[in-house]
Amino acid sequence: MKPFDYIRAGEIEDVAGGQIIAGGTNLLDLMKIQVVAPDALVDITRLDGLSDIAEHEGGLRIGALVTNTTVANDARVREGWPLLSRAILAGASAQIRNKATTGGNLLQRTRCPYFYDTSQACNKRAPGSGCAAMGGAGRMLAIFGTSEHCLAAHPSDMAVAMAALEAEVEITNASGETRCVPMNDFYRGPADRPDVETVLGDGDLVTAVILPTPRAGERQTYRKVRDRASYAFALVSVAGSVRMEGDTIKDVALAYGSVAPHPWMDQKVVEMLEGETASNELFQRAAKTLVPETAPHPDTEYKITLLRRTFIAAMRQLTGLADSAGTDISRAHS
Amino acid sequence: MKDHFTMDAPQPRLLDEMKQGVIGTPMDRPDGPQKVSGTAGYAADHTTENMVHGVLVRATITRGRVRQIDKSSVEAIDGVIDVITDARMIRNPAQGMAGSAPVQPGDAVHYHGQPIAVVVAETFEAARDAAQRLAVHYETEEAAVTPETSTDVETGEPETAGDFEAAWSGSEVTVDKTYTTGAHAAAAMEPHAAIAEWKDGAVTLRSALQMVRFNKKELADTLGIDPSNVRILAPFIGGGFGSKLGLGPEAAAAAIAAEKLGRPVRVVMTRQNVFDTVLRRSETSQRVRFGATKAGKITAIAHDDRVSNIDGEGFAEPVTQASQFLYGADGLSFTQTLARIATTPAGSVRAPGEAVGMLAFEAALDELAEKLGIDPVQLRLDNLPETHPMDGRPYSARRLADCLKDGAERFGWADRGAPGSRREGDWQIGMGVASAARANMLIKSSSRVRLTGNRAIVETDMTDIGTGTYAILAQIAAEALGLDPSHVEVRLGDSDLPGASGSGGSFGANSAGSATFLAAKKIRARIAEALGCAEDSLTLQNGLARGDNREAALTDLVTEEFLEEATVKAGKTSESHFSSGFGAHFAEVAVHEWTGEVRVRRMLGVMSMGRILNEKTARSQAIGGMIWGIGSALTEEMQSDPRDGHVVTRDLANYHVPAHADVPGQMQVVFLEERDDYANPIQTKGIGELGISGAGGAILNAIAHATGRRVYDYPATPDRVLAALDA
Ligand SMILES: Cc1cc2nc3c(=O)[nH]c(=O)nc-3n(C[C@H](O)[C@H](O)[C@H](O)COP(=O)(O)OP(=O)(O)OC[C@H]3O[C@@H](n4cnc5c(N)ncnc54)[C@H](O)[C@@H]3O)c2cc1C
Ligand code: SF4
Repeated sequence: MKPFDYIRAGEIEDVAGGQIIAGGTNLLDLMKIQVVAPDALVDITRLDGLSDIAEHEGGLRIGALVTNTTVANDARVREGWPLLSRAILAGASAQIRNKATTGGNLLQRTRCPYFYDTSQACNKRAPGSGCAAMGGAGRMLAIFGTSEHCLAAHPSDMAVAMAALEAEVEITNASGETRCVPMNDFYRGPADRPDVETVLGDGDLVTAVILPTPRAGERQTYRKVRDRASYAFALVSVAGSVRMEGDTIKDVALAYGSVAPHPWMDQKVVEMLEGETASNELFQRAAKTLVPETAPHPDTEYKITLLRRTFIAAMRQLTGLADSAGTDISRAHS
Repeated sequence: MKDHFTMDAPQPRLLDEMKQGVIGTPMDRPDGPQKVSGTAGYAADHTTENMVHGVLVRATITRGRVRQIDKSSVEAIDGVIDVITDARMIRNPAQGMAGSAPVQPGDAVHYHGQPIAVVVAETFEAARDAAQRLAVHYETEEAAVTPETSTDVETGEPETAGDFEAAWSGSEVTVDKTYTTGAHAAAAMEPHAAIAEWKDGAVTLRSALQMVRFNKKELADTLGIDPSNVRILAPFIGGGFGSKLGLGPEAAAAAIAAEKLGRPVRVVMTRQNVFDTVLRRSETSQRVRFGATKAGKITAIAHDDRVSNIDGEGFAEPVTQASQFLYGADGLSFTQTLARIATTPAGSVRAPGEAVGMLAFEAALDELAEKLGIDPVQLRLDNLPETHPMDGRPYSARRLADCLKDGAERFGWADRGAPGSRREGDWQIGMGVASAARANMLIKSSSRVRLTGNRAIVETDMTDIGTGTYAILAQIAAEALGLDPSHVEVRLGDSDLPGASGSGGSFGANSAGSATFLAAKKIRARIAEALGCAEDSLTLQNGLARGDNREAALTDLVTEEFLEEATVKAGKTSESHFSSGFGAHFAEVAVHEWTGEVRVRRMLGVMSMGRILNEKTARSQAIGGMIWGIGSALTEEMQSDPRDGHVVTRDLANYHVPAHADVPGQMQVVFLEERDDYANPIQTKGIGELGISGAGGAILNAIAHATGRRVYDYPATPDRVLAALDA
């Protein structure tokens, strides 16, 4: 770790003074290995008004400092947006979730191993240095939305659930002005600047996430597939919410995780499903339309199949085709 | 007085005749409270006032030479004292029981991640900062980093019995399959650490080391000093699994820096250092061939493997160790190929050989069973050889058949049904079996026992790497001397104490335990003499000595210390008989038909591993091994870059040891009663590694039973399972 100044923000305008630290569960790891080496840290954890979950226009406003544990356990969240609760609980470990914040979770950095290793070229860490993941070991990389400068995936589970739920990110700038950005517009693709990951400008602070009204009467799931049963980042994940009328799919919301530089959405799939009768055949047909625009890193090709099949598994669960009481289903989510 | 005992003949079961009744009991480990309260001092905990901190600098090229280290690049960092390079630094940890320095590369770089210097500073933070920012200039050379591209590949002579080719070509049914396993890291919880301090030309090293007797020589040889000037202290070790068998680069660096600076130096590896430079288990490629008659008699067995290591290391993963003695055949053949690659060096990781060899071997046998239409348990039972198939030695004690039968009964094996026939929702359920085997050893060991009144002290340089040595040595001495175990103090991990085997190869309890037993037995003789009875009529229990109608309290009888030391070593019984632990693993898994996820639902290990000294610590060892079986079957793999060979999975978020959620609630272990009279004077066998050997095989066979498809590349992560399902 390089020596740094520590600023405890008392007012929103202090935020512009350095790199924001919230729970520190991601940032400190990166600082220890000098992937990030800020001259100053701004600790936002004493700022007022960011630590509550409040009812808001029929939905919820989750303050940026509310911990992952608190959100996941909140009775209103569990009742109205169970998908979000499940997604959070599918991530990290209890200890990390106790410390991790809503804002920090959205802004956590990729887990591309080359980003983590300062002996390797990485455009995200050191703009213009190249991308060592290309031609390297790339099992965790993205298959959608990548660029020739960066193939990395965004690892957040929470953000995928929020994207499916059409949440908005509330951003406050140094002058105290607030704007709301849909989750999908909050992240930027890598293009030629993979180091710039969101629309946040200098001095901008994520102050909350706004959840719209609950999707009443829908079944929800967060289906995360990973290399071990718990405490691992997703290989792929599917967040889904479905309203059925008899055998007919009336409404669907879907987002896919760990396959793109941000939560991935695909309207085509939704259109193919809505108004149709649930069946394996339908899901298989819809799954086939999940096609990367460019050939993925060879180590990541498996994600195409895995994503499609996880999508089918999730849809079977959401539409009642699969007996969701099947063995260990609950453990697969914990 | 010393007593050198050589294991030349089977030994009487004296421990069964003794009366204290503590052997085998599930006694809590005496060091437990210290460990859970954080008062057990691990290597890095022994800070002293004047101490400074060292952090290893890693090479960021694969092969070549350090041309220049630019110290000025870090001089401005507050607290930095020195950047030290030295011709005596070591490239990687010594191999187990080496007793001499590993490769000392000077300014040469042999793999990406090799320690090339140590930065010393007043604080750990400053040292780590400087180690990361140090400017190093290299000359680079080309080097192969994958076995497939290596140009230095050597195939050994086949080890054979009978005529494999003839047996193979005459076989009515055959299986010929190739498997791969990923490289493994020991991933011990405690990172490797050392504190060195010099006084009057002698160095004291506190380090996390498994084999103090050998480590002392390794450090002396590394530094070019006489072993009498080296003392090693390792009373507590936070897990080893082979990764702390040999002296490591952090210890050499600490000793060299402490000497140069005249201050105690602590070097703790970062987790990334550990993955970069601590000996890994080689990845393997294995071709297994079984030939059999239609009736299910195995006629031919061949198991050929390819492993890797860096040049200069003598170790090659002994993949086929258990394949050579589990089943009989008319012809057997085993050939190993070793590819030299410029990557993190390879060495012993828990159950070297069996841990990965048995994944492939037991999976291939399962496939043979399926082809023959014979139950896999039955096929194993039908092919147990009379004697060691390679050399004809009789087995000293082998209850493999009982383990298989007992396990099948307990596990409900009879209900398992046809492959692919059971499902719950989208999950397919299957059961698998595999044999367990791990060769047993006795290594020269000494121990000293001191008795005053009804209190005893056991002293040996043996280590406790979390396995329970403190508990079992106390139990052995307590049993032999008729004491409550709480009256026995055990002192370990100090090279000034009598030299023992150390912890490795599952031989620690056998070896140090036998030496302790023999030393205590000498004390029994002295007690008998003091009491005035014949030694074989002496009974010791609860501090009372009785015999030939005499009785006295030890507190009256032993008013001045009785001190005895004993040394045990292997002898003729290891040539006349073959000793191994055996067992049977059973696993039930659920495989998700859409996602390829595998969940282990229950496991059972039935094991015959000689006399059990402590039911609780033995069970913990067995379960720990079985959990690693889950890891090697499903989750664990060190990945490296195909171009420069650097380790890509450099932390515990990316190197996936099983998490709690991977381990089923039902992890059952059953020990079948056994005494191995040919093994050692206490009739024990190694325990630490039998649990892992074969456990993963049972899981992989259960996947095949659940789905009707086989995975050949391990770990069987969801992508690989799906590929098999789609194949
Ligand atoms: C071992 C391990 C396993 C994990 N597994 C998972 C997993 O499976 N799934 C998953 O989703 N996550 C996982 N995580 C990541 C974890 O969710 C994040 O570390 C955590 O959510 C980050 O929150 P934090 O408050 O600690 O952020 P910090 O570390 O404090 O900050 C992270 C980043 O966000 C910025 N930031 C923080 N708050 C704000 C704000 N309000 N406005 C603007 N910028 C801000 C910081 O500047 C920094 O760049 C894992 C982490 C670890 C260490
Ligand atoms: S994929 Fe992105 S994060 Fe990974 S090395 Fe390339 S540029 Fe860096």
